[in-house]
Amino acid sequence: MSRFQVVSGKGGTGKTTVAAALALALATEGRRTLIVEVEGRQGIAQLFGADSLPYEERRIAVAPGGGEVYALAIDAELALLDYLQMFYKLGGAGRALKKLGAIDFATTIAPGVRDVLLTGKACEAVRRKDRQNRFVYDYVIMDAPPTGRITRFLNVNDEVAGLARIGPIHNQAQAVMRVLKSPETAVHLVTLLEEMPVQETADGIAELRAAELPVGRVIVNMVRPQLLDGDALRTASGGRRKEIAKTLTRAGVTGSAALVRPLVEQAAEHAQRVALEREQRTVLAGLGLPGYELPLLGEGVDRAGLDELAAALREQGAGQGESGRGAGS
Amino acid sequence: MTARTKAGADGGTPTGAGADGGTRTKARADGGTRTEAVPALDTDALIDDPDIRIIVCCGSGGVGKTTTAAALGVRAAERGRKVVVLTIDPARRLAQSMGIDSLDNVPRRVKGIEGEGAGELHAMMLDMKRTFDEIVEAHADAERARAILENPFYQSLSAGFAGTQEYMAMEKLGQLRAREEWDLIVVDTPPSRSALDFLDAPKRLGSFLDGRFIKLLMAPAKMGGRAGMKFLNVGMSMMTGTLGKLLGGQFLRDVQTFVAAMDTMFGGFRTRADATYKLLQAPGTAFLVVATPERDALREAAYFVERLAAEDMPLAGLVLNRVHGSEAARLSAEQALAAAESLGAENLENDGIVDQAAGKAGLREPADSPAAGHAPAPSEAEADRRPVTTEELTAGLLRLHAERMQMVAREQDTRDSFTALHPEVPVTAVAALPGDVHDLSGLRAVGDRLATGSAPAGAV
Repeated sequence: MSRFQVVSGKGGTGKTTVAAALALALATEGRRTLIVEVEGRQGIAQLFGADSLPYEERRIAVAPGGGEVYALAIDAELALLDYLQMFYKLGGAGRALKKLGAIDFATTIAPGVRDVLLTGKACEAVRRKDRQNRFVYDYVIMDAPPTGRITRFLNVNDEVAGLARIGPIHNQAQAVMRVLKSPETAVHLVTLLEEMPVQETADGIAELRAAELPVGRVIVNMVRPQLLDGDALRTASGGRRKEIAKTLTRAGVTGSAALVRPLVEQAAEHAQRVALEREQRTVLAGLGLPGYELPLLGEGVDRAGLDELAAALREQGAGQGESGRGAGS
Repeated sequence: MTARTKAGADGGTPTGAGADGGTRTKARADGGTRTEAVPALDTDALIDDPDIRIIVCCGSGGVGKTTTAAALGVRAAERGRKVVVLTIDPARRLAQSMGIDSLDNVPRRVKGIEGEGAGELHAMMLDMKRTFDEIVEAHADAERARAILENPFYQSLSAGFAGTQEYMAMEKLGQLRAREEWDLIVVDTPPSRSALDFLDAPKRLGSFLDGRFIKLLMAPAKMGGRAGMKFLNVGMSMMTGTLGKLLGGQFLRDVQTFVAAMDTMFGGFRTRADATYKLLQAPGTAFLVVATPERDALREAAYFVERLAAEDMPLAGLVLNRVHGSEAARLSAEQALAAAESLGAENLENDGIVDQAAGKAGLREPADSPAAGHAPAPSEAEADRRPVTTEELTAGLLRLHAERMQMVAREQDTRDSFTALHPEVPVTAVAALPGDVHDLSGLRAVGDRLATGSAPAGAV
């Protein structure tokens, strides 16, 4: 399984939740994972019920079996000052640059520099080793920008390498690109079983492939139970309403006659949704990618919910060594 | 303790919208602290108001901003206004539903707007690069324009650095408004990282263009290479030197050339950005915050509400999409599940008597085979072979109802926490549609739900 797991998805599909659950799932059995946030939303901290994350790797959760999840909110400005310090030992001059607006310029206005810094920092964490020459993190999981921007975000290094044709930024961009285009990386797309997210997922995969970025899995999130199918419903709508009313009464429901119509109508909507979901599953199956499915958590996602989702991911093979459903590589 | 027994007191639980309508009867156990009514957002009054010239739909990603904007556009046009909908990045089929499947940056008339006294609907999709190019072409002579358009820095900048889309959306909005061709502009905001981006775009561009750093970058190019450097103190030359090393000399030269070429246009950018910002604050503008009754979306919505207030932007209200209700709400989830259980037990007892095949006919466990990729669920033909008993069917209806009621309760809790923060914000609740919207009639259905969501109690 790739060591750098990038999680993207259409807005509203729950990619931050999925990234957090994946970080937990991959941290089992004493492993250490790092989840990085690049959009400054502090969604990770909220999910884990922690204080806002600083620009510093800190332990945010302990996984079953003693594993650890670290988290880092990457700040482009601080990352740039890091680099300046690393390459030029700038010290106080860095602050002067900031005062002049140069740092602001470089991280918000200069095209791509911001993205290079963000992906660069994540790739550095992927490759970092300790004194025993072991990787510091077994896996790095990125809560990445949404599907519509992911290819550009990851591929921006190529572009910057072209714009800045020499110098450390150029070299940095090229080094990052080597990691991103290798089997060490897998880009996952989170979707719902709805038409627009599925369409966007298909488009996103095509873009990623065109840019030669390694596509990992399609992760279907918030899957709702299918309680009744179309056949049962057809039976219901055909002449059995009186029987249903009687059965309701027998089951202890009062005033059942008035309830049959709304109950059957709710079932009709449900059946319609199930049929639409089936179509979307067919579309997803046509993409030919491995997948994970995560259930809709009724009570919203808190720490217990994350554990539940992580367990679901493990059951489906996440973090089960190199065998099983190894993604992306 | 009689809280929330009527739709009106409920800030617009959808009423009369088919099976999704209904009223909420759950009395809160936490005492009567929130008994006051949430004000209703009357979207029809908004789109009928001739003084309202701009409606901005904002909210986090995936909440249905574009659909809301398009549905409001259709409804306003069919109620007689001349409307243009500016969409930023619509899903393909939604764009097609309005007949704009080409990205040509020009408003196109939407066919099929009907009804007595109907106005007109136009729709366009923003092409940010095209918009940027047009500004350059309009404000620079041919030679200078070509120099800018060919500059690699410009090409990268215009194709999408963080913020270009937001700025160009503002620019296009200003252009459309200035043309005075439409009496209502409905715009949806870019799928930004956060609420900040859209509102901050003009200011940020302005402060960038006025920034010392830009002037510094321009200095050498303006004064012709080395001569200009004399005016820079040691710290500054060190800085450009550092950036030069960091980014590569060519990059910095490209930036300098670009900045010099754009110099004459800067004043124009700044002025228009400020003008658009003021336009957004004006009484003729109404902001709609769009959300779904989910924790994250409503958290973001609360943030939008606060930001708009801080910026003196006129907020009309909250559009809450994909809200669920039930017409059978008097049957609680617990009651429904208990009844389903008792039928299940009964079924087991009768197993030998009633002729039935596999006991699960018609009923499926959650997510048949989670790990099996995305294989379609078993075909319907397969299920046809098994007769469904009325007990099973009824138990299924009851479980489904319990699930619905749990969802309704969950959504209400999320809404209550938003209302506790912002009790003054008018709300309209849009009943969930079972499927996606692909055509004008779908947009009309959403428009109907937008309107009925704010209907007072007893209006149906």
